[in-house]
Amino acid sequence: MKDNHLIEIDQLFMYFPVTAGVLQRRVADVKAVDGISFYIKKGETLGLVGESGCGKTTTGRCILQLYEGMKGTVRFEGVELTKLKKEQMRRMRRNMQLIFQDPFASLDPRMTAGQIIGEPLKVHGLARGKEYKEQVAELFRMVELEPYMADRYPHEFSGGQRQRIGIARALAVRPKFVVCDEPVSALDVSIQAQIIILLEKLRDELGLTYLFIAHDLSVVRNISDRVAVMYLGRIVEITMADEIYANPLHPYTIALLSAVPIPDPKVDRTRKRIILKGDVPSPIFPPPGCRFNPRCYMASDICKQKQPELRELTPGSEHWVSCHMVK
Amino acid sequence: MTEGTKDLYTGALAVRKRHSFLADLAIRCVKEKPLGTVGGVIVLLLLFIGIFAGWLAPYGYNETFVGGKLEGMSSTFWMGTDNVGRDLLSRIIYGARVSMFVGLGVPTISMIISTTIGLVSGFIGGKTDLIIQRFVDAWVCFPALFIMLTFMALVGSGMVQVILVLGIMGGIGASRLKRSAVLAVKMNLYVEAAKAIGCPTWSILIRHILPNIMATVIITFTMGMGGAILAEASLSFLGYGIPPPVPSWGGMLSGNARRYMIQAPWMAIFPGLALSIVVYGANMFGDALRDLLDPRLRGGIGRYSGGPRKRPDL
Repeated sequence: MKDNHLIEIDQLFMYFPVTAGVLQRRVADVKAVDGISFYIKKGETLGLVGESGCGKTTTGRCILQLYEGMKGTVRFEGVELTKLKKEQMRRMRRNMQLIFQDPFASLDPRMTAGQIIGEPLKVHGLARGKEYKEQVAELFRMVELEPYMADRYPHEFSGGQRQRIGIARALAVRPKFVVCDEPVSALDVSIQAQIIILLEKLRDELGLTYLFIAHDLSVVRNISDRVAVMYLGRIVEITMADEIYANPLHPYTIALLSAVPIPDPKVDRTRKRIILKGDVPSPIFPPPGCRFNPRCYMASDICKQKQPELRELTPGSEHWVSCHMVK
Repeated sequence: MTEGTKDLYTGALAVRKRHSFLADLAIRCVKEKPLGTVGGVIVLLLLFIGIFAGWLAPYGYNETFVGGKLEGMSSTFWMGTDNVGRDLLSRIIYGARVSMFVGLGVPTISMIISTTIGLVSGFIGGKTDLIIQRFVDAWVCFPALFIMLTFMALVGSGMVQVILVLGIMGGIGASRLKRSAVLAVKMNLYVEAAKAIGCPTWSILIRHILPNIMATVIITFTMGMGGAILAEASLSFLGYGIPPPVPSWGGMLSGNARRYMIQAPWMAIFPGLALSIVVYGANMFGDALRDLLDPRLRGGIGRYSGGPRKRPDL
C-alpha cells in the first residue's frame, strides 16, 4: 500500500441474493458490484459515474461497511475494514462519513436540526455540555445555516437547507473521508451549484477526501481530481478528470461523454453523438465476456468471450481502462 | 423580549421553547385539540375518582340496605340500587378504582411487551424474526378466553393477576402491529444514516425507531384501555376476575345486571355509561396525543407554536 493512499479497494464483490419460495432459497444473485479495485489518495476527490443501477451507490456503501455479505478487501489508512469487529467498525466510522442523495428521507422527522447535527458528537462522545452546544452552532455556521434554526424540525427546511444539515451531520465528527452519494441530484439546478461550492470549500478547509458519486458528468467534472466510470458492476475506465474529458478511451465513456449537452448549438450540431443500442443488461445475468459487448460499437469476437481486466495503459500514466479494443 | 433567556447557540433569544415540554404539550392540547382535551379531562377524572373513591362515595360499596332492593333513582340513591340493595352510585365510584388499575395497567404492560417484541423482531429480522413470529402466530391462534382462563386458573383470581394475564396476552398479540410499524420505519434512509454515523443498535432503536412508531404505540394503548376494561368484565363474569364483592364496572354490567335487565335497567345502564365515557375519553385523548407529538403536524395558521416565530435580531 502506498503511503498517500487513504482508501484501497481490492476485488470488491457485492452480490444481493434473489430468494424465492417458502424456504427463501437463494436462486440467483444481483451482481451489483462485481470485482472492482481502485484507490483514493489523501485529499483527492474521486468522481464515480455511471448510469442508474450500475453499482455506484453500492460501492460507496460497501466502503463504509453498511452491507453484510460483501467480499474483497477495503483498506482505510492500512486498516482492513472487512476484518474489524462490529464495535471496532462503529468507532472507525468517526473517520468516514456519508452524505445522502435524498435530503428528505435521510433526516429523522422527529428530531430537530440541532439534534440531528449533534447526534454524531454524542454517539462518539466527542463533546458535551457547553462545548457540545458551541460545536453544534459552529457546524451550523460551517454549512452556512444560522444556529438559531437548531430548534426547527427537518420539514421546516427547504431541500437545499436539508442537504446542508446532512452535510453538517457528516462533518460533525471531523471525518477524513466522506462518501458523497449523489448529493445534488435531488436538488434544483440553482441549489446544486451552491452545494457543490460548499462541498469544495469544506474539502479545502478541512482537508477532506471525497468519493463523489454522481450520474451527471458535468457535476463531476467540476469537483473531481480523478474520475472512475462504472458499468454494470465493474469499473471500465479510471483516470485524471481532465484526461477523461479530453481523451476518453473506453467506448462506454466515449458514448457517455457524447451525451453531455453542450450549451453551444453550433458545436452541438457538428459533433458526433453516439447513441447506444438497447438497454443495460440485467445485473442478475450479465453478458459473458465484456459486460458492455452487446451494446458496444467496437466489439469484436474476443469481447464476447473474455472479460477484460482493468489495466494501466502505460505504466505511470494513471489511465486505467478495461477494454480489449483499446491499444 | 419575554424572558430574555440567552440562547445557547447564538446568544439570540430563544423564541420557541419558553415552556417545558409537558407544559407546552398541555397548552397546545387545549388550544388545538378541544375534543382531545375533553378526553384528557375524562381520563383525569377517572384517576381522581379512582383515587378518592373512599371520600366521594356516599355509601360503602358493600353496604346493603334492607328493603332497598332494585330501587329506582331517588334522592337517597342517585342511580338506584342493585338486586341485593347496594347503592349503585357508590359501587360505580369504587368500580372506577378497578377500571383505573385495569384500564391503565393492562395497556402499560401490553405496550412494554409488544413494543419490545416488535422492535427486536422487526429490526433484527432474519431467523430471530421468523422464530418469534411463529411463536406469536401460535399464540394468537388460541381463542383469547381459553388462554385467559387457563392462566387465571393457574395464578388464581385477583386484580394483579388479571392485569398481568391480560397485559401479557394483549402484548403478544399487539406485537405484530408494532413489528409491522418497525418494518416500515427501518427501511427509511435516516435509519441507515444513523448507522453510518456510528450509532449503536440500541441507540438506533431508542432514538430513531421508537419515536417514529409512537403513533402506533399510543393508539394501541388507548384502544387497549377499553378492551382491557371489557376483558376484565368477562373474566369477572366467569368468576375468574376480581372476586366479589369488590365492584368492577365490567362485573356489574355482565353479572346480575343482565338478569334484572327488564326490572331494573339502571343496573346495566350506569356502569355501561361509565365504561363508554371512559373508553371514548381515552380514545380521543390518544388521538390528540398522537397528533401533538408529531412535529410534522405542528405549526400553521391559527395554531399554537409557543409564541411568535420571528427571526430574532442578531
